[in-house]
Amino acid sequence: MRNWYKSGEPWIWATAGAVALSLVAVYAVVWLTAARGLTHFWPKPIAEVTLQERDGSTSRLIGEIREKEEVSLIRLREQGYKIDSKNLFTDRYLVKLGNKDLTGIDFKWFPAPMLGEFTYPKDMVAIERREWGNFYGRLKAVKETGNVVAEGPVAWAEMEKRLVRSNDLFRQALRIAKSDIGKINYALERVRLRERKLEMTNELTEAAKANFVKERGAREAEYAVLQQRLELIRRDIERDSVSIETSDGQLVDIPLAKIADMYMPNAMSVWQKMGFYVHKFYEFVSDDPREANTEGGIFPAIFGTVMMVLLMSVMVTPLGIMAAIYMREYAKPGPVIRTIRISVNNLAGVPSIVYGVFGLGFFVYVLGGSIDELFFAAALPAPTFGSPGLLWASLTLALLTLPVVIVATEEGLSRVPRTIREGSLALGATKAETLGRTVLPMASPAMMTGLILAVARAAGEVAPLMLVGVVKLAPSLPLDGSFPFLHLERKFMHLGFHIYDVGFQSPNVEAARPLVYATALLLVIIIVVLNLAAIRLRNRMREKLRGLEGV
Amino acid sequence: MEKIESNISKVGGYTGKRMTRDRLFRHVMTFGGLSVIIAISAIFFYLASVVVPIFMPAQMDDLQQFTLPQGAQEASVHLTSEEQAEIGVRMSDRGSVTFFDLRNGRVMAEAKIALPEAVGVSSFAAGDPSQQAVAYGLSDGRMLVLEQDFKVTFQVDPDDHEKDIRTITPSISYPAGSEPLLVDEAGRALKRLTMQHNGENTAAVALTEDGRLVMAAFESNSNMITGEVTTERFGIELPPVRGEISQLLLEVKQRDLYVVHGGRYVSHYDVMDKKSPRLVQTVALVPEGESITAAAILSGGFSLIIGTDKGKVAQWFQVRDADNNNHLTHIRSFKPMAGRVTTIAPEHFRKGFLVGDDKGNIGLYYATSNRLLLARSTGSEPVRVVGITPRANAIMVESAGDTIQSARVENDFPEISFSSLWQKVWYESYQEPEYNWQSSAATSDFEPKFSVAPLTFGTLKAAFYAMLVAVPLAVLGAIFAAYFMSPKMRSVVKPSIEIMEALPTVILGFLAGLWLAPWVDNNLAGTLMAIFMLPFSFVIAAYLWHLLPERLTAGIGAGWEAALLVPVIIVVLYVAIQLGHPVEAAFFGGNMPHWLSNELGITYEQRNSLVVGIAMGFAVIPTIFSIAEDAVFSVPKHLSSGSLALGATPWQTLLYVVLLTASPGIFSAIMVGMGRAVGETMIVLMATGNTAVMDLSIFTGFRTLSANIGVEMPEAAVGTTHYRLLFFSALVLFAFTFVVNTGAELVRQRLREKYSSL
Repeated sequence: MRNWYKSGEPWIWATAGAVALSLVAVYAVVWLTAARGLTHFWPKPIAEVTLQERDGSTSRLIGEIREKEEVSLIRLREQGYKIDSKNLFTDRYLVKLGNKDLTGIDFKWFPAPMLGEFTYPKDMVAIERREWGNFYGRLKAVKETGNVVAEGPVAWAEMEKRLVRSNDLFRQALRIAKSDIGKINYALERVRLRERKLEMTNELTEAAKANFVKERGAREAEYAVLQQRLELIRRDIERDSVSIETSDGQLVDIPLAKIADMYMPNAMSVWQKMGFYVHKFYEFVSDDPREANTEGGIFPAIFGTVMMVLLMSVMVTPLGIMAAIYMREYAKPGPVIRTIRISVNNLAGVPSIVYGVFGLGFFVYVLGGSIDELFFAAALPAPTFGSPGLLWASLTLALLTLPVVIVATEEGLSRVPRTIREGSLALGATKAETLGRTVLPMASPAMMTGLILAVARAAGEVAPLMLVGVVKLAPSLPLDGSFPFLHLERKFMHLGFHIYDVGFQSPNVEAARPLVYATALLLVIIIVVLNLAAIRLRNRMREKLRGLEGV
Repeated sequence: MEKIESNISKVGGYTGKRMTRDRLFRHVMTFGGLSVIIAISAIFFYLASVVVPIFMPAQMDDLQQFTLPQGAQEASVHLTSEEQAEIGVRMSDRGSVTFFDLRNGRVMAEAKIALPEAVGVSSFAAGDPSQQAVAYGLSDGRMLVLEQDFKVTFQVDPDDHEKDIRTITPSISYPAGSEPLLVDEAGRALKRLTMQHNGENTAAVALTEDGRLVMAAFESNSNMITGEVTTERFGIELPPVRGEISQLLLEVKQRDLYVVHGGRYVSHYDVMDKKSPRLVQTVALVPEGESITAAAILSGGFSLIIGTDKGKVAQWFQVRDADNNNHLTHIRSFKPMAGRVTTIAPEHFRKGFLVGDDKGNIGLYYATSNRLLLARSTGSEPVRVVGITPRANAIMVESAGDTIQSARVENDFPEISFSSLWQKVWYESYQEPEYNWQSSAATSDFEPKFSVAPLTFGTLKAAFYAMLVAVPLAVLGAIFAAYFMSPKMRSVVKPSIEIMEALPTVILGFLAGLWLAPWVDNNLAGTLMAIFMLPFSFVIAAYLWHLLPERLTAGIGAGWEAALLVPVIIVVLYVAIQLGHPVEAAFFGGNMPHWLSNELGITYEQRNSLVVGIAMGFAVIPTIFSIAEDAVFSVPKHLSSGSLALGATPWQTLLYVVLLTASPGIFSAIMVGMGRAVGETMIVLMATGNTAVMDLSIFTGFRTLSANIGVEMPEAAVGTTHYRLLFFSALVLFAFTFVVNTGAELVRQRLREKYSSL
């Protein structure tokens, strides 16, 4: 034992333990996110259970069992539960009760001793509503303009048919309201700005004025037509409704217009559940958010993140590569290169929030403010570029990710063997030609690596974005069909910020939590895939260039 | 690496075009390289340019002097101006009001208050500056409340039809009616007066010529139906005080009355209930032999500023003690004036005030930051009256020499000083000096609390707990990975650590705040046990492995210890968590957080430093790990080989040869990790309660500089003190990380040189 101790073996094991613990931590985080995020789309069974109050009264509960944990009774008693038990701990269940408009409570913890046995009746329906969250109960009848058209077992098939119709109408209405009317509003705003511009330069003649009036009139007429169509659709969609029986036997009529989806999880087979899963996942990545972001999809956040990252790449790649080439190929050893190295390290080490502060102060208020005064004076005092937006966010992140690109590119350049350069120079090429024709093509995987890492970093960064252009809900995407198509001044949504905002700022955190896990998972997947790709690319390039070393 | 240069220009065969392109390429690349330096300097200089103004001293133009017409016969009692500081207003002791151009002294209008027949002015009182109302006490025991009034009209410019000319017509009005209000029922002249008027409520306290202290309150109610305004009056005589009364001060909310008497005493009356006023206490504010010569109430109505015949200036306000009694307490003394203090004028909306003395000096002070912002001499004549414009951008002074002097003042950030940023400050209505960060409040008389000390403390606390988790794990892990680990395992571990580094902090923060924090709360005992059990379990596992027969362990082992320990960790964690609840049941009454706060008095917050330490430790580990691993790994092999050849064990070699050589590198890794921990935003934002408290307990939260920026920056108005202080926080973070990273980089550069020479 003593000898063993003296050999230092226990310490070696202790250092090994540190590595092992780090590994466990990484995989635990990834696993936790995956486990929670992946189950979000799986249809959860709806349980029915009897709740026994201490005074002996009982009531029925219907809902999804979300979580179960062991908790101390002291804590429960502090919360006002009265439970007689000799144990100090008991289990409790988190139940999603839904029907928020009726009861006011969406989620509630119930101590296990208060609950009877869980049953899962096949005829339970879960209704995803466009407002007020989920509704649970039993489908009793389908109605058309208040008259029952189907009852009992046939009601489900009838409802499905009518739900397809109402969802179709809803989508039509949405398209008109968002896209078509949005376009008209945008056009009207542009007319206003043109008029204001002429007014400011004193060129607003009577003829021009009349022209503007005509233009406006045309738009407004279009608007009236659309408004009328919208009105028709809205009346049409109101036609059908379903009658649902809640846990306490109450019958509630829900118009189909308010229903996004309706399903019977307890009656689904595994295959149906899988189909449902795929369908829900597709909805998640392609739909707009609903209900203060706590339901629906995250399409605008994905779109915003991608746009921002693309713009950022366009800005950061050339600059990063140029800097790396200078550092590796041109700079002579001395104070300049030392300063540059220190600067690169500092750019990498400065807290990201500081970039946000700089971006807000310098890019948004100084640069953006000047641009507004020069080019968008007509819109003032409403800022165009003088408020946080896509362009400034991309620029800020370009600055933030610059060292990532530089370091990766430099590493690649340093691995290109010296013989290649010598050969090219010996054949009479200039230095620029040598670099452009031989060295850079060989190092291009390294540049790619740098870009991928920069993109991964930008996709996950939130702190600076909170200051320079990300919002919880952007009214329109930064890319659309209205001239000039790409709207650099618009605010946008971002996956990382979505996680922060929905997880911490939303009024109903409990309801939003699965969605946040799903979003987090998506982000983790994106980042892990990007990083693995970068690692692979880098390793392959190392292998390839190692082969050239001896040539 | 030696640079290779093309010698093509020397050997000929080049064309001008190719050479130009080559040169151009070089210039472009040089620009790229230098842009990095430009970027980092731009960040620094821009942040600094926003921050610097708050540390600049207040600026004041030269005093301009002008004489007003009836200056010689009548003395000023009050100087003020309208909002824009264009028109000065001077009120005299005989009731004439003069409006003059503040830039050149040109008289714009004059008005005389409407006095009843055979009645003269006997005293004057200025209400709170934010309310604008003033009152003249009359010789028949009544008072007249008046207000300055400015009518702004626009007329089309006859020369340019696009433009309007703005004309301001000054006048006076009587907000409480042009009929004087009765203060003393006995009808004696009012010798001293104080008055506050806001909307419907007017209150006045006066000293009559026969030495009585009388109070009158007026409440006007307008009839909802007829619109008729009726005024109700209460009058009462206040308990007398000893000695001669030199000044009366009623604060703006009409709750507290301060009576300066007997030279050095102040009596505080509670007059909240106008029907039963009460003398609370009498306090000597200055020592024997000194006397109070001027007093004023700061805006907001909390603080009393007094000046003495020896030039001393001090702030007093009521402090509530443990028994809920208020005591007038000395808060702070300011830098004294040269001569006897003659007059004090408070700023309209902030906690600043202007003081004049009998040697012709004026001083502009700020209470919260305990600063003398400006000190000037106005000549040798004693200063009689001073005034500050509503936006505190100009001052006015009248000396005994009957001239008015005025000057523009630039004083936007008086609340910032070293003491207000970094030391305890005794804020109004606080029981004791405190560190406090409270940037905004609902009311305008709120005293902003800009102490960055608790934020800096929170930042360091967060970094400390994160480092406590990260340093042992990362450094030990790096040693193992670089020195003992088998290459095959390395190819798994290194990408994992890279993934760890790439995981967005928003996800770590989210998991920490929404999953880990409630979970730890429910399993506190288990969590703590796991933390203590893990290190021992490694050693025990090692010993058990050592005891296993060699034929079982021969093939595996060396270089794979970490992999063997993974199941051990999982088992230990599982056991610790399973034991957690029974342990809590047995020793902590079933709920450890509850037990901590009830039995030990330790506050337990769900989102606490333990949670942040774990989450931020996780975020910092890969940073430290990769740099430290690199430092250990690049220690030249011949050093360790030599040591092993001389008979040292691998552990001895590591300890005495490898680590010694690599220690600067490990140190620089820790520095960089520290920089990362200090600046991390999302994790602390999501996993702590973000309250700016200062205690070291692991079970409470904190607010860091970075999280504070994240929360408050979007709401801060551009250019304000608050906005600039957030930039200041950013600059502090920048400077800290700059020093740390530059230091670390220099260490590494030297280390690299050392290695290459070995």
